[in-house]
Amino acid sequence: MSTKNYISAICSIKNGKVFVNNTLDYTFTESNEPIDFFKSVYKHYQLNYPKFYKMDSLSKLAFIASEILLKTQAISKEHTPENIAIIIANSASSLEIDTEHQQTINDKANYFPSPANFVYTLPNILIGEIAIRNKIKGENTFFIFDKFDTLFMSSYINSLLNSKKASICVAGWVDFYENHYEANLYLVENSEKGLKSKHTAEELNKRITNN
Amino acid sequence: MNVFVAADNIISPLGFTSIENFENLKHLQTGVRFFETSDFSVEPVHAAVIDNEKIETEFKKLNTSNGYTKLEKMAILSIHKALEQNTTIDIKSEKTLIIFSSTKGNIDLLQPELKNKYDKKRLFLWETAKVICSHFQNPNTPLVVSNACISGVIALMLGKRLLEENSKYENIIVVGADIITHFVVSGFQSFKAVSTEIAKPYDAERIGISLGEAAGTIVLTNNVSAISTTSSILVKGGASSNDANHISGPSRSGDGLLLAIEKALEESNLKAEDIHFISGHGTATLFNDEMEALAINDAHLQNVPMNSLKSYFGHTLGAAGIIESVITLESMRKNTLIATFNFKTLGTSKPVNIISKTQEANLQNCLKTAAGFGGCNAAIVFSKQ
Repeated sequence: MSTKNYISAICSIKNGKVFVNNTLDYTFTESNEPIDFFKSVYKHYQLNYPKFYKMDSLSKLAFIASEILLKTQAISKEHTPENIAIIIANSASSLEIDTEHQQTINDKANYFPSPANFVYTLPNILIGEIAIRNKIKGENTFFIFDKFDTLFMSSYINSLLNSKKASICVAGWVDFYENHYEANLYLVENSEKGLKSKHTAEELNKRITNN
Repeated sequence: MNVFVAADNIISPLGFTSIENFENLKHLQTGVRFFETSDFSVEPVHAAVIDNEKIETEFKKLNTSNGYTKLEKMAILSIHKALEQNTTIDIKSEKTLIIFSSTKGNIDLLQPELKNKYDKKRLFLWETAKVICSHFQNPNTPLVVSNACISGVIALMLGKRLLEENSKYENIIVVGADIITHFVVSGFQSFKAVSTEIAKPYDAERIGISLGEAAGTIVLTNNVSAISTTSSILVKGGASSNDANHISGPSRSGDGLLLAIEKALEESNLKAEDIHFISGHGTATLFNDEMEALAINDAHLQNVPMNSLKSYFGHTLGAAGIIESVITLESMRKNTLIATFNFKTLGTSKPVNIISKTQEANLQNCLKTAAGFGGCNAAIVFSKQ
């Protein structure tokens, strides 16, 4: 399908590796614990945002991916907060922290539900975290797919840009469940910048699986 | 391309059809009840809960298999009952897409006693949506929106966008459902957000939310021959926004909601003075209702009659935006403004025109708003043709 929109940058995080624009940028081998890896990425890229430590695993992953992605381009200089959209999807919703919350209420003798956990039992909280960090106020939606639906995502985001509901979109996939994790966040805009890669499902499929 | 409402339904403690629900609201009947003890709360609590036996009885009438969870049954019943209203909609057609809106889906399956009763996959919202879809032999992969308490409004907006630009679909069935669980109740209680009385939206004495469960369906179509031309309602415009302020508290200024309202009105080619009714979010927490009042004032909508239905249905999370929109549609058809149950004295710093008495009014254009955790806001406009 033809499009006048472009993927200008992409950040992928999986298997202890960080890829920026499909080039390996950082590898972590000291531990198999995802959280250790996320914290080491946070330090390596000098992200300096103490709220990171309060986030659940899913939001931590989304946060580091979004920070690395948005270091490639100062989007707030060219786009107003109202015109920046965030459209993200995953498969497991917030089931990782959901399971944790459930464990705090199963036993009435040992009952300790916490608001700090409960707030993360919604997948779109990670969109909120990215929005707060970057002062982004535009369209935001969280979708749940069995597998990342690049055809739907590309056509929906193209239509948001084409109908001027947004001038740039932070888009992609952030999933974390039972120690399996993967993030692929990318920027879509209607001018040829950065990667200058056509924003189509085919191109997304290549860029997401080729790391 | 215009997008019309072709049919709708609500499954709630106040009834299993849109009309039954609307009639109960007209007579100030609330679905929120007091539970001294319950399996969803360690302390006494008010909640709007559907009678399980009624769900079973109604579901048996469908003569279908019984491998469905409570939430799936509610969603399936809701779609069935919506389709009964409009037999021209072919749910088995490739031109019909289902959009599922839910915050927590089958989250009750995490409970130890239900854990092994169903395949673990059923905890995944995409699987829940597929199960609902296959029941109706719909050939398309359903879309799932899970965006906190604005999910329902976003799902409707999405349906509208897909139908106006994309000739691939003729009908989109937007179904939303969430259920009362210990999971959700304990979480809101840990936030100290649950009211010890039935919620009092926008009231000076409001002290928090009442939770509820419901399923709701709105069938959208771009096929003019699928609707009756005498009473057709269009989805005119919609938008979402983010406060970029706090993950669990609304913006103090209401700027995020204001942005969603402005964008929705702009897309609808309408001005503030064209709006005749606002179906607010009105959770009855101190901060949410105050935030809404500020946004409504900044949008110059403070004189427009407005209500919240949270004191009738409780907060039904992913279903809320849909069932509250269904009541808005019914209000437009009947030209009737529904009073906000339990509202006595306005308790926001800026004035809003909360409907305290159910009354007749000519309703041409109506606005539905929502806000939720994660700082998200959404607004959608319905208009009579």
